[in-house]
Amino acid sequence: MIELENVSKSFTLHNQGSAVIPVMERVSLKVSAGECVGLVGASGAGKSTLMRLIYGNYLAASGRVLVGDVDVAQAEPRQIIALRRETLGYVSQFLRVVPRVPALDVVAEPLLAVGTPQDQARDKAASLLAELNIPERLWSLSPTTFSGGEQQRVNIARGFAYDYPALLLDEPTASLDAQNRATVLRLIEGAKARGAAIIGIFHDEAARDQVCDSFVDVSAFSPEVAA
Amino acid sequence: MGAQVKEQDMTPLLQVNGLTKMYGPRIGCKDVSFDLYPGEVMGIVGESGSGKSTLLNAMAGHHAPDRGEVVFDTRADGPVDTLKMSEPERRMLGRTDWAFVHQHARDGLRMSVSAGGNIGERLMAVGGRHYGEIREQAADWLGRVEISDTRIDDRPSAFSGGMQQRLQIARNLVTGPRLVFMDEPTGGLDVSVQARLLDLLRSLVREMGLSAIIVTHDLAVVRLLADRLMVMKDGHVVESGLTDQVLDDPQHAYTQLLVSSVLQV
Amino acid sequence: MSDYNFAYLDEQTKRMIRRAILKGLAVPGYQVPFASREMPMPYGWGTGGVQVSAATLTPEDTLKVIDQGADDTTNAVSIRKFFERTAGVATTEETTKASVIQTRHRIPEAELTEDQILVYQVPIPEPLRFLEPRETETRKMHSLEEYGLMHVKLYEDISQHGDIATSYAYPVKVEDRYVMDPSPIPKFDNPKLEMAAIQLFGAGREQRIYAVPPYTRVVSLDFEDYPFEATKADHPCDLCGSEHSYLDEVILDDAGNRMFVCSDTDYCRTRRAEGHVGRLGESEGEAA
Repeated sequence: MIELENVSKSFTLHNQGSAVIPVMERVSLKVSAGECVGLVGASGAGKSTLMRLIYGNYLAASGRVLVGDVDVAQAEPRQIIALRRETLGYVSQFLRVVPRVPALDVVAEPLLAVGTPQDQARDKAASLLAELNIPERLWSLSPTTFSGGEQQRVNIARGFAYDYPALLLDEPTASLDAQNRATVLRLIEGAKARGAAIIGIFHDEAARDQVCDSFVDVSAFSPEVAA
Repeated sequence: MGAQVKEQDMTPLLQVNGLTKMYGPRIGCKDVSFDLYPGEVMGIVGESGSGKSTLLNAMAGHHAPDRGEVVFDTRADGPVDTLKMSEPERRMLGRTDWAFVHQHARDGLRMSVSAGGNIGERLMAVGGRHYGEIREQAADWLGRVEISDTRIDDRPSAFSGGMQQRLQIARNLVTGPRLVFMDEPTGGLDVSVQARLLDLLRSLVREMGLSAIIVTHDLAVVRLLADRLMVMKDGHVVESGLTDQVLDDPQHAYTQLLVSSVLQV
Repeated sequence: MSDYNFAYLDEQTKRMIRRAILKGLAVPGYQVPFASREMPMPYGWGTGGVQVSAATLTPEDTLKVIDQGADDTTNAVSIRKFFERTAGVATTEETTKASVIQTRHRIPEAELTEDQILVYQVPIPEPLRFLEPRETETRKMHSLEEYGLMHVKLYEDISQHGDIATSYAYPVKVEDRYVMDPSPIPKFDNPKLEMAAIQLFGAGREQRIYAVPPYTRVVSLDFEDYPFEATKADHPCDLCGSEHSYLDEVILDDAGNRMFVCSDTDYCRTRRAEGHVGRLGESEGEAA
């Protein structure tokens, strides 16, 4: 489902003497449907960068980034937009939303984007928010006013509202209490069971071991090692 | 919406080819080409004088460009170069399938005509001759842009800036256009009013399956509204791509400068 | 007579105006620009109508001039005298005897015939002016037949007054093409715009001439659910008893007594001569 072949990434800082900073080289990995791969490696090794490359948020310098049959490294913006709408979900560490939109609608949005009727989308959003212990009185408020932990759970609910065939999870269990952590792990296992290919970053080792089928050490892709 | 978009995916709604507009020896915009597909929202950013407004006005038929094509996928005849259309055809397009939202609501509204009359004008322009139906639609659209229908007979001069801008949007969208040009739609509005307008635009775009081209200098606006981004400098497109990719991983020196110049809140 | 050229204007000017008139007749409802001359009367007193009349009159014509239907008001009297002096043409107050009738704000009640010409004085010829101040834009709207804006005006009327409150200068569409301002005639007169006589419109200040040839279709704009109605005061004439003529309201005293009389003085006089009598007619008749 997700397959990277010989991908490299560098940043060119035009405004700082055109310095070229290579950050990753020779990245290859493969995640099949129903499989969860954990990215490991020291902080700064490029775990989040790799996720952004797969999501199309960063532009790969070379190589192929296949999600389904789309090569994200080469695709037109509209292909990536369609991919993100229908195939590839991403739970980042930060929630970015339009101010003033109620939490319920933030969570329902991915469903509405694929044409789910509004009431159905809202029902699903409501059940996810309830499952993640967001008090019902907050549902009609914008998450921009929520605490960090609440925002993160809204973000997770949004990521799991629609059944993406492929999912990227960046620290989904960080700073959650035991109960919510268990819920998130249950959601991840549910996604795997229905055949989603998942790439995750987990600092929480117990969680990592519970849901991941294999691990990729990102440090291996750093240019220093390659040189 | 997803399903609809897929079916039409193959034909771009708008194809801009080599569009060039000169002001004497000075470049307005040069060799701009892109395709816009149904349901896509594209942002055009750049500083004042970068040519983004010139480009928008040339595409919308407000100024005649010197070279290039603006091919629109018309309902009746499929893709047609709008620059080669007769003026009546182009103006008809401007009242039906196209809409233009001006930065200053005053430029896009009739200030001496009531809110209802402003919204109803496009309906009457395409042959609406039933007062009751026109008024009903006007009231419905006031509701959709979050203006109380008790204000239907008030003139826009009695409205706040944010309300005027929402009224302008209602006036433009009432005939169900497929392509909306927007020139700094949130410029000059308070931040809280901007947020409300952005939310409104986003939901209208999704509900109506609109395609839109939004010119702005506000990167936060395009991040929230636009799927794709074009960065302009000195009349040229220096970079284009997926909005978040261009903003988070800018490739061109100018884009890097632009992105790094934004104050972080 | 005098040292004036016939009908005051020089022959070249009349020729220029006649060309504008012919073009106007060829394109019914279209506003033809013309080089309006300074006339020896102020703008607003009918300088456009006077120039059209001057270009239309021949020495054999009989001229009638009315202002709001009346032959005896200042404006009508002074224009009639102007042409008596400068053209030496015969004048009349009888509608049926006139070959050229210059009018301000009315169409005579008596049905006009094919050998008559009705000349209107027009203050503002552009019906779209109220909503679109740019001349360049209104011209484009006419040429492209973009008339949605005209209905916006009617919409505004209904939304503000409950019905179409425009009671004069009510916009019409001529021969399915041009939207035209019929000059400030009451909308009661609008149905009469489809007539046997030639109708010429002259706007002196705005330098426009337009025309409606005989038997041309002239439709008053309206909405399906608010159809056009040619309204008048719901009264018979207090002098001649006519139920079908346009009426002026006249306040008689401080106690609120009032009367309604035909605005067309010739029509009223003719009816009374035929023996028709209204509510207050008899005493008037005796006094006269």
